[in-house]
Amino acid sequence: MSTLSVSSSAARQERPSQVELFTYDEQIVRLFVLATIIWGFVGMLVGVIIALQLPFPEANLGEYLTFGRLRPLHTNAVIFAFAGNAIFAAIYYSTQRLCKARMYSDLMSRIHFWGWQAIIVSAAITLPLGMTTSKEYAELEWPIDIAITLVWLVFAFNFFATLRRRRERHMYVALWFYIATIITVAVLHVGNSLALPVSFMKSYPIYAGVQDALVQWWYGHNAVAFFLTTPFLGLMYYFLPKAANRPVFSYRLSIIHFWSLVFIYIWAGPHHLNYTALPEWATTLGMVFSVMLWMPSWGGMINGLFTLRGAWHKLRDSAVLKMFVVGITFYGMSTFEGPLLSVKSVNALSHYTDWTIGHVHSGALGWNGFMTFGMIYWLVPRLWRTRMWSDKMANTHFWIGTIGILLYVLAMYTSGITQGLMWRAFDEAGRLMYPDFMETVVQIKPMYWVRLIGGTLYLGGVILMMINVWKTIKTAPKRLPDPAFAVPKRASAPSDGEQEVATA
Amino acid sequence: MKRFIKKDGMHRRLEGWPLLFTILVTISILIGGIVEFLPLALVPSTVHKIESVEPFTPLELAGRDIYIREGCNNCHSQMVRPFRHELERYGEYGKPGETVYERPFLWGSKRTGPDLARVGGKYPHLWHVRHMEDPRSTSPNSIMPPYDWLLRKDATLSDLPTKLRTLKALGTPYSQDEIDNAVALAEAQAQEIADEVAAQGGPDGLADKEITALVAFLQRLGTDIQQAPDATTAEAASTKETEDALAAEGDAP
Ligand code: HEC
Ligand code: HEM
Ligand code: HEM
Repeated sequence: MSTLSVSSSAARQERPSQVELFTYDEQIVRLFVLATIIWGFVGMLVGVIIALQLPFPEANLGEYLTFGRLRPLHTNAVIFAFAGNAIFAAIYYSTQRLCKARMYSDLMSRIHFWGWQAIIVSAAITLPLGMTTSKEYAELEWPIDIAITLVWLVFAFNFFATLRRRRERHMYVALWFYIATIITVAVLHVGNSLALPVSFMKSYPIYAGVQDALVQWWYGHNAVAFFLTTPFLGLMYYFLPKAANRPVFSYRLSIIHFWSLVFIYIWAGPHHLNYTALPEWATTLGMVFSVMLWMPSWGGMINGLFTLRGAWHKLRDSAVLKMFVVGITFYGMSTFEGPLLSVKSVNALSHYTDWTIGHVHSGALGWNGFMTFGMIYWLVPRLWRTRMWSDKMANTHFWIGTIGILLYVLAMYTSGITQGLMWRAFDEAGRLMYPDFMETVVQIKPMYWVRLIGGTLYLGGVILMMINVWKTIKTAPKRLPDPAFAVPKRASAPSDGEQEVATA
Repeated sequence: MKRFIKKDGMHRRLEGWPLLFTILVTISILIGGIVEFLPLALVPSTVHKIESVEPFTPLELAGRDIYIREGCNNCHSQMVRPFRHELERYGEYGKPGETVYERPFLWGSKRTGPDLARVGGKYPHLWHVRHMEDPRSTSPNSIMPPYDWLLRKDATLSDLPTKLRTLKALGTPYSQDEIDNAVALAEAQAQEIADEVAAQGGPDGLADKEITALVAFLQRLGTDIQQAPDATTAEAASTKETEDALAAEGDAP
């Protein structure tokens, strides 16, 4: 336990008058971890339901539970509730340690936590009721948008005020990614949500047509970039070296890939609009920057995987490391696939098909899901000061989760490419080979069933994790006081962020 | 560069200044968005005006909002791309000038069902009524959900003046007359559609139901452009990429 060694070395130099005492707020991390697990289950259960509705439309149960209303519920729940709570858990845990300071305000942390959960609940109510803007990942209507903005500002204030009070001179690379996340999500959310209300739960955007499309995908793509990528890279940079007990592979690489990622990502949005009514220069720009994104993305992957150099044997007994490695590998795969999909000639085939869905879930299930699970298995025993109830169960989770992802993405690649090829096929006489749209639908139905099996396996893994965490918490000591530390006043020894994690 | 990233170089110093660091991050993330958005917002010629494109009628607007409420955009795109196979399957490809009244845009990102940008006039009203009530009655094996309640629920028209006023504030050229009479205009159009449905042998009394508004919207899709062949071809000629795409398509087997 790194934190303990820090405090004991501090204690050695201690002279009573020159000592500062402080604690970390761990309760807030526990709350976010529990919320991650619960919403993860809910969001993926809805994922399995909509996966069933596609090949089996009888599963559309009445007005409020049709595919069209549940799909946004799925995406909002997994992105903002599951992945969202996970990155907040990561940020609240690691920021305090990297700054050697308690969060600036416990009250703000609580407002953030409960405010965010209230937003999720309101999403879960309003989306099935059909209150939606229709813009992907920004479906929530204006009152909820305002609530999101306010809660995010509280979070940002709390975070930056903690940075100000840090006892560590240099900010470790994880913090850079958190900064980029907090700033950019705020800008994107406000920029894309600007609308004029018509009534309490209905509004029209200030942008129209082509402009609206560009702004939406500037937002949509960067929701992927700054909600599903940068905070998870921060998570990786903190938890992977901890779990592997190795310093990060390359400090220089982290600088280069951080700045290029942050700069380039923003430009890539128009790759979602290739061959649409968006002007050509914009989509070409989007394509070029998307291809460039490959490099900084793989910079992150390499920095992650090479951190394990000399530690690969540890994978055998550690579900945490196994999850991290598979997660980072899927990050590498989806960020290779992404630039490929941005190339216009490939996008001509893949756009509108299940190929996109395959790409999404290789990132979402592989990278976001597995990084989150790895973090949870690492955090839970530490937060509740006990051992994981069953390591075997965690391993089983890893395996059925991995099989689930593979079934899911392989099914979607098959059906996506099938769709793409059938839609464009001409016969000898130059007529459409499959003029009836239903022909492609019937063709890919089997793949929908395979995806359902894959998704169900993946959800099964999540259920195992719920049981495991529940049992673990039951063995936890009754009282869980916040860890307390003493450091010499004005702890100014410039400590090296990289080594901070590694050697501590 | 080396000076910047070496172990105790300038970047290390930067890591000690969160405020400056945050400012630099903010600048980095703003550049791309500004460069891509400003030309679209400031240069009017980026969106060619098409004379025949008109705002939605009040009833169509109500139908469009039902389309949004039901999340049809999760399965249907409304943006035909300039490929020969898409033109054959759906019709004319999407033009920027057609979209100027789309708030929000409904181009979609997934075709679980077919594109709808040109569906207006493809089927009689009654087909849509039957299809929405039970998609498998018109399209065996369809995986589209049924929307039978649209035939039972009354359409909300009373908020149309507010909606039109809001859109007008945003720039859609509705006249004061249209705004004041929005409800009456919608009711008249609904009656026409309902009568036609009944005449085609469909159910009676759908005039005040949601389905009628939705059908009005679906039947409108793509019809503006059909009236203006000149505008279409003129603009097509100006889009070089389109020509290339079509040419490449033509060669493909
Ligand atoms: C689960 C995905 C799904 C949803 C949600 C969905 N559809 Fe469909 N839709 C389809 C499929 C698949 C077809 C093709 C088979 C058929 O005609 O039913 C289709 C066909 C259509 C057609 C006929 C298009 C043509 O050119 O033949 C129309 C019109 C249509 N849908 C309208 C709607 C509307 C309006 C909504 C929302 C109220 C909606 N759909 C929601 C999947 C969906
Ligand atoms: C049990 C696991 C899951 C299942 C079964 C599942 C299933 C689905 C299904 C059926 C769709 C709709 C696809 C379509 O329209 O054709 C979908 C869309 C989506 N899912 Fe999942 N999902 C799961 C987990 C996740 C997770 C963990 C995330 C993110 C962290 C995620 C993110 C998304 C996104 C972003 C979309 C929209 C994709 C797009 O618009 O292109 N899913 N999912
Ligand atoms: C270098 C990195 C990446 C690039 C260049 C990239 C590129 C793309 C492209 C071209 C599309 C298809 C757009 C379309 O045809 O509609 C797409 C869709 C998508 N990608 Fe990526 N991708 C990258 C990484 C990721 C990662 C890591 C994730 C997730 C965790 C992700 C999530 C998504 C989602 C959710 C969509 C679906 C959007 C929608 O249509 O609703 N991407 N991406």
